[in-house]
Amino acid sequence: MPEIQPYKATERRAETFSYLPPLSPERIRRQIQYVVSQGWDPSVEHTEPEKAFSHYWYLWKLPFFGETSVERVIAELEACHRANPGHHVRIVGYDTYAQTQAAAFIVYRGGRGL
Amino acid sequence: MAQTTYQAGVKEYRKTYWAPDYVPLDTDLLACFKVVAQEGVPPEEAAAAVASESSTGTWTTVWTDWLTDLEYYKGRAYRIEPVPGDPSAFYAFVAYPIDLFEEGSVVNVLTSLVGNVFGFKAIRSLRLEDVRFPIAYIKTCGGPPNGIQIERDRLNKHGRALLGCTIKPKLGLSAKNYGRAVYECLRGGLDFTKDDENINSQPFMRWNHRFEFVMEAVQKAEAETGERKGHYLNVTAPTCEQMLERAEFAKSLGAPIIMHDFLTGGFSANTSLANWCRKNGMLLHIHRAMHAVIDRNPYHGIHFRVLTKCLRLSGGDHLHSGTVVGKLEGDREATLGWIDLMRESYVPESRSRGIFFDQDWGAMPGVLPVASGGIHVWHIPALVAIFGDDACLQFGGGTLGHPWGNAAGATANRVALEACVEARNQGRQVERESKEILTEAAQASPELRAAMETWKEIKFEFDVIDKLDAQRR
Repeated sequence: MPEIQPYKATERRAETFSYLPPLSPERIRRQIQYVVSQGWDPSVEHTEPEKAFSHYWYLWKLPFFGETSVERVIAELEACHRANPGHHVRIVGYDTYAQTQAAAFIVYRGGRGL
Repeated sequence: MAQTTYQAGVKEYRKTYWAPDYVPLDTDLLACFKVVAQEGVPPEEAAAAVASESSTGTWTTVWTDWLTDLEYYKGRAYRIEPVPGDPSAFYAFVAYPIDLFEEGSVVNVLTSLVGNVFGFKAIRSLRLEDVRFPIAYIKTCGGPPNGIQIERDRLNKHGRALLGCTIKPKLGLSAKNYGRAVYECLRGGLDFTKDDENINSQPFMRWNHRFEFVMEAVQKAEAETGERKGHYLNVTAPTCEQMLERAEFAKSLGAPIIMHDFLTGGFSANTSLANWCRKNGMLLHIHRAMHAVIDRNPYHGIHFRVLTKCLRLSGGDHLHSGTVVGKLEGDREATLGWIDLMRESYVPESRSRGIFFDQDWGAMPGVLPVASGGIHVWHIPALVAIFGDDACLQFGGGTLGHPWGNAAGATANRVALEACVEARNQGRQVERESKEILTEAAQASPELRAAMETWKEIKFEFDVIDKLDAQRR
């Protein structure tokens, strides 16, 4: 058993998947595939990192209702990131029946990380 | 009415209360009892006695029966079924007219259904297995003050189960030391910490001191992590006035969630508190101390699925459900049954899960099941497979027992959960591949590595654990 390790100063996080190492493009692709294959409507949101605690981030365009192409969702995430290079960018999967977000995770971490 | 003239005396229950041709109405409240009758009492008579004593009847005819329309008000035993594998017992199905019950009162329903009848001499033992609440009755009850969807939206938890931890030792910590344990768990990555059920307001830690220190811990962890967090502040109290006073204080400190013990506190108190929570935008976590006294004996009492339904009607946003892991296959099926009854809007009859009736909840919000008790990182793959995302997984010893402390324990659990969710979403079989998934995740997380090392002697092939338990039986 290794010696007791001190726990680091608390780091900022961004909910689901933010305790894993930053996801590679391939792992992000597979999660987006899961979102669209569940029939959830993908949506892209972004914010300045200092405003990230709010429920409401800026909506990028409108939710992509009925979108099933992973490529097109990734293209929108990239376009949002290019237009807002210092911002956090996350993807949300809206579940019409549960009337809540069935999935939400950060794809680009803005500024100096979270 | 069949009886046109009054004749004093005792007559057989079945003459009035056994109605095998009766077709239950959509508005009837239906109950299934497991009955063991006294020797020599025929099943129809025993079932009719249960229907009578739990509705309009008493042991002898009384003249005042003739002042009302008993045909309209009486309960009816309408079906008898054998209990599989047990010739000593049978199921009795009873239909009760909805007007026998006060609207919005699980108290009144239980007083009738599990009142005097359980002490009745003609019955050797009696267990209330299931109840079908008609949608018309459901609509008169408040239900969960917020529900799963509101909880997720308010706390910003999407696409995964929630994570919690019960603070230990359960009794004896001072308020400030207790707040320290909370802070460490939350800054390490948990969503919730929890007062243990018997923490109320003892001399070693008065409730108001606990609330103040805990909320400082919650708010500091929120500010540092940027994530929303809470601690179930237990407001269970000796009187309803004190319970509500504690709830008000929790609200004044900005707490998002409070907690109540619904059986020891009682259904009236619970319903009042749920109404207060609905009015005040407060989440309500429900503990179930005393449930095993009522539900554990297979021949006596009330099955937990009925207590679950009653709690959903009375009101609560979380309810402890058991963990399934490590228990028998039958337990897994039964637990899946009452988890459905907590979360779903319509639950069909399913005898293999112990569900005797279709249950329509209409638009009543769902209750989040809480899996707690003896679980640690190696169980997370199975918990994700069994519960899915709509659950709160609570690791007490499995967080606080980490060799590096609470924060590291919390991080280990959070990393393991997120790794399992990612793997599930990729289409992997998380229960079967549990070792690979956790080992991969641990490469980037020394906290998870240490947790896996600490609890490695606990087997991770969950189907093997199930077999061991079955053999032990």
